[in-house]
Amino acid sequence: MSEAPAAPPSASADRVAGDGIGLLVRAPAPRPGWRLLPARIGAMCAVELQKLRHDRTELYTRAVQPALWLLIFGQTFTRIRAIPTGGIPYLDFMAPGIIAQSAMFIAIFYGIQIIWERDAGVLNKLLVTPTPRSALVTGKAFAAGVKSLVQAVVVIVIAALLGVAMTWNPLRLLGVAAAVILGSAFFSCLSMTIAGIVLSRDRLMGIGQAITMPLFFGSNALYPVAVMPGWLQAVSKANPLSYQVDALRGLLLGTSAHLALDFAVLVLAAALGITAASSLLGRLAR
Amino acid sequence: MTCDPTDRPAGPDAVTCTGLVHAFGDTRAVDGLDLSVRQGEVFGLLGPNGAGKTTAIRCITTLLPVPAGQVRVFGHDPAVDRMAVRRLLGYVPQQLSADAGLTGRENVTLFARVFDVPRRERADRVAQALAAVNLTDAADRLAKTYSGGMVRRLELAQALVSAPRLLILDEPTIGLDPIARTGVWEHINAVRAATGMTVLVTTHYMDEADQYCDRVALMHRGRIRALGTPAELRRGLAERRRARGETAAGDPTLEDVFRDVAGSGLDDTSGDFRDVRSTRRTAQRLG
Ligand SMILES: Nc1ncnc2c1ncn2[C@@H]1O[C@H](COP(=O)(O)OP(=O)(O)OP(=O)(O)O)[C@@H](O)[C@H]1O
Ligand SMILES: [Mg+2]
Repeated sequence: MSEAPAAPPSASADRVAGDGIGLLVRAPAPRPGWRLLPARIGAMCAVELQKLRHDRTELYTRAVQPALWLLIFGQTFTRIRAIPTGGIPYLDFMAPGIIAQSAMFIAIFYGIQIIWERDAGVLNKLLVTPTPRSALVTGKAFAAGVKSLVQAVVVIVIAALLGVAMTWNPLRLLGVAAAVILGSAFFSCLSMTIAGIVLSRDRLMGIGQAITMPLFFGSNALYPVAVMPGWLQAVSKANPLSYQVDALRGLLLGTSAHLALDFAVLVLAAALGITAASSLLGRLAR
Repeated sequence: MTCDPTDRPAGPDAVTCTGLVHAFGDTRAVDGLDLSVRQGEVFGLLGPNGAGKTTAIRCITTLLPVPAGQVRVFGHDPAVDRMAVRRLLGYVPQQLSADAGLTGRENVTLFARVFDVPRRERADRVAQALAAVNLTDAADRLAKTYSGGMVRRLELAQALVSAPRLLILDEPTIGLDPIARTGVWEHINAVRAATGMTVLVTTHYMDEADQYCDRVALMHRGRIRALGTPAELRRGLAERRRARGETAAGDPTLEDVFRDVAGSGLDDTSGDFRDVRSTRRTAQRLG
């Protein structure tokens, strides 16, 4: 973002003043292969962050829902004590689940956004630049992660205000950030993959709604896997959200978690998601 | 224009299409297109709604596959050597398409970045591209506050910032007022004079084609039906009319040639709902 100054440096302003187009005569030299992908991902991320900076309302409005989950659902169920949480207060138990949930809800929106960008013609133009599809997708995935991080901070702060004892260990918090970004990357790519298959916003909206609920309730976000019926346990085992919640819970609360497995699953899921979404992205331009 | 079609620069043509076919389901949008655009010229692709102009352009720009026939862009095959082709292109699609959530400068900077403009000259190059289309003053406003003509000029700046060898413009002046239209063409020509880039443009405005294109092709139902400099096409029609013994009033215009070539089937078969809708969408954003 440091590369998009509000005004050109004054030294160059002088040079440009005379309506010169001297620089526009020469085509820039291509970047060598191995540096191309990171540079493009950087460019895509920068754009997403710039958009976020120009319009922050989405960040604020999206913070409302997780706050309500904690305040209403969390506080009520803490009193009922209906769910076996292994000895920790229910609010503590569910807070990491809400972080994962709000991240997923943000990420699932990305397929709709990419269809919107297709309809607005913005995507087509980018697809005609020397930018690998995977860089476009990874940039979006990373941006989803950044938005989700903001949500995570909101949830952690509210939870702390409600008396949840979470870690302040910077290393663990770094792990939390990684888990949030990886999970968002997977779910945004899942959504973009479906976008590349169904190609229309209406159909994607329907499918998006149809899958987010089962993904959420078929995970350990609100209750432990042990209380689920057998078939739902199987769903939960195949659901990356469960691994994300497990990692977040382990890192934030210090409960027993399978961190190595969790991160392995999340990395693999994100990689698969990026591959699938980038191979289908071209279909959107047809 | 300044370019004499007989003195051709060395090297391959900017674009060649041979027997290009592209069908959407049963609609053969492009149906055996043969075309060659020489280096350095302004080539106008004209034709009624639904003629297949946009589809042909999307095959050339690597957006659509090339199911049958052959396409070459400066000797590269867009179906195989995609990255090489994309590096040579500046593309302004038919639809107005700047990112509304970014400022004008950010929109252009993005394109500078994805074409690997090095960081040290990026800000200057972006400023020059914006200045070349007269957007310096509005550069730091969000693009959603731009008028249609400003968005078009912004898109031009996005396409020009990478110094493309081939600029592809799909109806760059659709929906613009006469002054804005002239403005867009003046910006194109100023940059072209400095860089010698090739321009492939589609338009529905015959007067524009006549005035600004070195050569034009009339496309109808997926194929080229007439090709030549505007003067050649007009002269050709005048001769045909003389041969038929017609005594039309005055010299034929390019529009007359267009009618003559596309024939009377123009009104009922072409221009389906999609076209109308996309044109209307453009008009809405402009209005
Ligand atoms: N994505 C698509 N799916 C199905 N049909 C399409 C698609 N794109 C274009 N067509 C059809 O292909 C034909 C040619 O369309 P195209 O957009 O290439 O015409 P055009 O010459 O650019 O017209 P216009 O002057 O209105 O822009 C039309 O009949 C159109 O309906
Ligand atoms: Mg068109």
